[in-house]
Amino acid sequence: MTTVSMTVNGKTVSADVEDRTLLVSFLRETLGLTGTHVGCDTSQCGACVVHIDGRAVKSCTTLAVQAAGTAVTTIEGLSSGGELHPVQAAFRDNHGLQCGFCTPGMIMTSVDIINRHGAHLDEATVRHELEGNICRCTGYHNIVKSVLDAAGRMTTSAAAE
Amino acid sequence: MGVEGIGQSVVRKEDKRFITGKGKYTDDIKLQGLTQAHFVRSPHAHARIKSIDTSAAKAMPGVVAVLTGSELVGDKIGNLICGWMVHSKDGSPMKMGAFPAMANETVRWVGQAVAVVIAETKNLARDAAEAVVVDYEELQAVVDVREAVKPGAPQLHPEAANNTIYQWSIGDQSATDAAIAGAAHVVTMDIMNNRLVPNPMEPRSAVAQYDSADDHLTLWTTSQNPHVARLLLSAFYNIAPENKLRVIAPDVGGGFGAKIYVYPEEIVCLWAARKIDRPVKWTADRSEAFLTDAHGRDHVSKAELAFDADHKIIGLRVHTYANFGAYMSLFSSSVPTYLYATLLSGQYNIPNIYCEVDGVYTNTVPVDAYRGAGRPEAAFLIERLMETAARQFGMSPADLRRKNFITQFPHQTPVIMTYDTGDFNASLDAAMKAIDYAGFPARKAASAAKGKLRGIGISCYIEACGIAPSKAVGSLGAGVGLWESAEVRVNPVGTVEVLTGSHSHGQGHETTFAQLISTRLGVGIDTVQIIHGDTDKVQFGMGTYGSRSGAVGMSAILKAVEKVEAKARKIAAHLMEAAEGDIVIEGGEVKVAGTDKKMPWALVALAAYTGHNLPDGMEPGLKEGAFYDPTNFTFPAGSYIAEVEIDPDTGKTTVCNFTAADDFGNLMNPMIVEGQVHGGIAQGIGQALLEGTVYTGDGQLLTASYMDYAMPRADDLPSFDIHHTCTPCPGNPLGIKGCGEAGAIGSPPAIINAITDALGHNHIEMPATPDRVWHAIHSRMAAE
Ligand code: FES
Ligand code: FES
Repeated sequence: MTTVSMTVNGKTVSADVEDRTLLVSFLRETLGLTGTHVGCDTSQCGACVVHIDGRAVKSCTTLAVQAAGTAVTTIEGLSSGGELHPVQAAFRDNHGLQCGFCTPGMIMTSVDIINRHGAHLDEATVRHELEGNICRCTGYHNIVKSVLDAAGRMTTSAAAE
Repeated sequence: MGVEGIGQSVVRKEDKRFITGKGKYTDDIKLQGLTQAHFVRSPHAHARIKSIDTSAAKAMPGVVAVLTGSELVGDKIGNLICGWMVHSKDGSPMKMGAFPAMANETVRWVGQAVAVVIAETKNLARDAAEAVVVDYEELQAVVDVREAVKPGAPQLHPEAANNTIYQWSIGDQSATDAAIAGAAHVVTMDIMNNRLVPNPMEPRSAVAQYDSADDHLTLWTTSQNPHVARLLLSAFYNIAPENKLRVIAPDVGGGFGAKIYVYPEEIVCLWAARKIDRPVKWTADRSEAFLTDAHGRDHVSKAELAFDADHKIIGLRVHTYANFGAYMSLFSSSVPTYLYATLLSGQYNIPNIYCEVDGVYTNTVPVDAYRGAGRPEAAFLIERLMETAARQFGMSPADLRRKNFITQFPHQTPVIMTYDTGDFNASLDAAMKAIDYAGFPARKAASAAKGKLRGIGISCYIEACGIAPSKAVGSLGAGVGLWESAEVRVNPVGTVEVLTGSHSHGQGHETTFAQLISTRLGVGIDTVQIIHGDTDKVQFGMGTYGSRSGAVGMSAILKAVEKVEAKARKIAAHLMEAAEGDIVIEGGEVKVAGTDKKMPWALVALAAYTGHNLPDGMEPGLKEGAFYDPTNFTFPAGSYIAEVEIDPDTGKTTVCNFTAADDFGNLMNPMIVEGQVHGGIAQGIGQALLEGTVYTGDGQLLTASYMDYAMPRADDLPSFDIHHTCTPCPGNPLGIKGCGEAGAIGSPPAIINAITDALGHNHIEMPATPDRVWHAIHSRMAAE
């Protein structure tokens, strides 16, 4: 057992965990943050994506102890003040989700994609960047649309600031 | 807020919880004292279990129990059943081998459960499962249907000689033989339909809780049809009587057919929860999903399509081997028979059809309905034949299809179905226009200039949905009726709850069903709550599959809301002293036509509940239920056109353009309908280009993870161009045909027709991987 401490969605958390505990289990089982999902066992599907210190990471392939001392953001911590994050809003407005299971990971990955590419995103880049996230429901058509829409919203709002 | 009625692309109500991480899926459920189950599974495709030693596992830390198949059988837990009786052409019933929830004598596929470890945590259960020692005597295995039926092949079940479950047939054999014998042209093809793994992104999961005081069980499970699950668990698996068992299917992360069935793991969790008197959870990991979720397709067919001298079809003869896997899954028998061969007429006038289907056991994962279920296999077969025929005749594939299209409705095919309505020319026209079919030669030349091969392929599919009229399916052997039920409850303040037997696992029912209420009662969709997926709340339901929730589920809601309206009109007429026939419900108000008399909807609802001033003899309250049983299947149909470009150096196929023109009848929410089509096309392109399920000869599944099984990713696919034509369905009051499966049915033949067009080589197996395409190109070059 090891004691791990980190910041999750702005709150400091600390718990004793088995060394082999994955970050995703720590989030889902220890902290009860079940918005982060597990869709595979080979680090392929991206249902588990969270941000560690602002970068998208697959929490199924990260040990909880590796995240000690970092700031983790999960889907539950993405919006603030009761307002949806622009990527969340774009997924809803463009029907970028059906069953919703891949959605938290898709949204967390998309935020990271937009952060890295800003306004320069095009369809081909979005499709390429989504390579590590699998969706079985949407055929990606509306996910791609959502990401491009969100990129537009985020860069416009950044320009306005 | 305004009325958000049917026909509008209303943004989904359910999305808020999913985009904020507040969805409630089965694995999210936490209970006091929860234990975790991990299954010990067979590493052999075929073996006798000589002994199981659980003593070391039982002694490990945190282990609560280790249970085996013989204890399960000892407790009289019933074997899994196939719920659709199909008879062979000689009249004998299908040969069903015993399917225990955990094997006690023989294992028949890699991944079959033999024991379960229940422990305080997942990791401890997994550790202890490693310590369960099973002594197997290995037996010969068989995975290919053509091998399995040969004399001397390993035999799976004593009930089924030559591993043959049934030899079924449909249609007029002698008339078809005669038509083919006298034909001017016969196109003959061997056609394989590749085995697929459904892969909803949420792995299956079950949580079972036992209340010993009431002797009552609750199961949370990833199900498309919780009421059917409860019925099976009670009536056949001996878990508990229905009044002592509640089944809840909370948010479910996709189904595609794989979550229709009750699986061994759910049975074992319930049985174990009672035995240890603690709640038990099991969640599949992805490899377990590959090894245990019912697979789809897996047909090997020989087909002959006969034409007269004028290129009119005169007969179709088909023989299909259908791979059932190691056991008969719940609806497995119906998929390659009544859901497949009854659609072999496609969109064409075919006077004579005869089809034989042999259902065959092999040492592989059981096979059952996967998105489309039988209909994709039929569409692939007929559309490959049509394209091939056009090539042999040197005719335009569109013209050959048009020449043979059914244009008069209703149309009785020789294989049971009566197509009610359609306009096949309209959808083909729409698709050809949208993809600029006429401009293809120029695009092909431009590709050729870059050293690339370009091809275009058409597919005109039809399917039977809205499953299904209970009487009809009963006469064909179904063990259940396929109606749907609904209840509409108006609260005293005028808000509405709809309880439906349909189940949403991505289809957006919370929105579309609310749109229907909004249209009828003129209330905002936010005042309407859709309740589903809980046997304690909803009286009964048949669930969601076969594109039935619009055509059947919504028709039941409409019937119930009509009864509510009738009562509300009576109350309003009484209160406003008007004739009942003059009352209209509109825009949240109840009005007397032709006058300015009106009252708010909410006050009519309130009057129903105060009961202070109701017509003489009327019961208080405003709540009505209905069962709706359709009178026919519905027949969505359409034309898909794919345009591909192939790099001859690598064999890689790129889908450049994909156009769909579907006739789904009336659309309730076009945004959601298009989303369904997108997802279906992606699965169809997956089947055609990427998804191959590979077994070794001794029954090891090589493609049991996302490292090995190629799921379609965003950069494997283009954006899709979706169009609609409309002939409203005459069979249900809303004119809906259903849209959930079309994409997966129509797209594989379009892709393969396009690839073979590009290659100038008519044969390629699915999935048309770069390797296969490269070899097709180079074997042809070598031959030339
Ligand atoms: S669960 Fe992490 S990549 Fe699939
Ligand atoms: S919305 Fe269901 S997997 Fe993406």
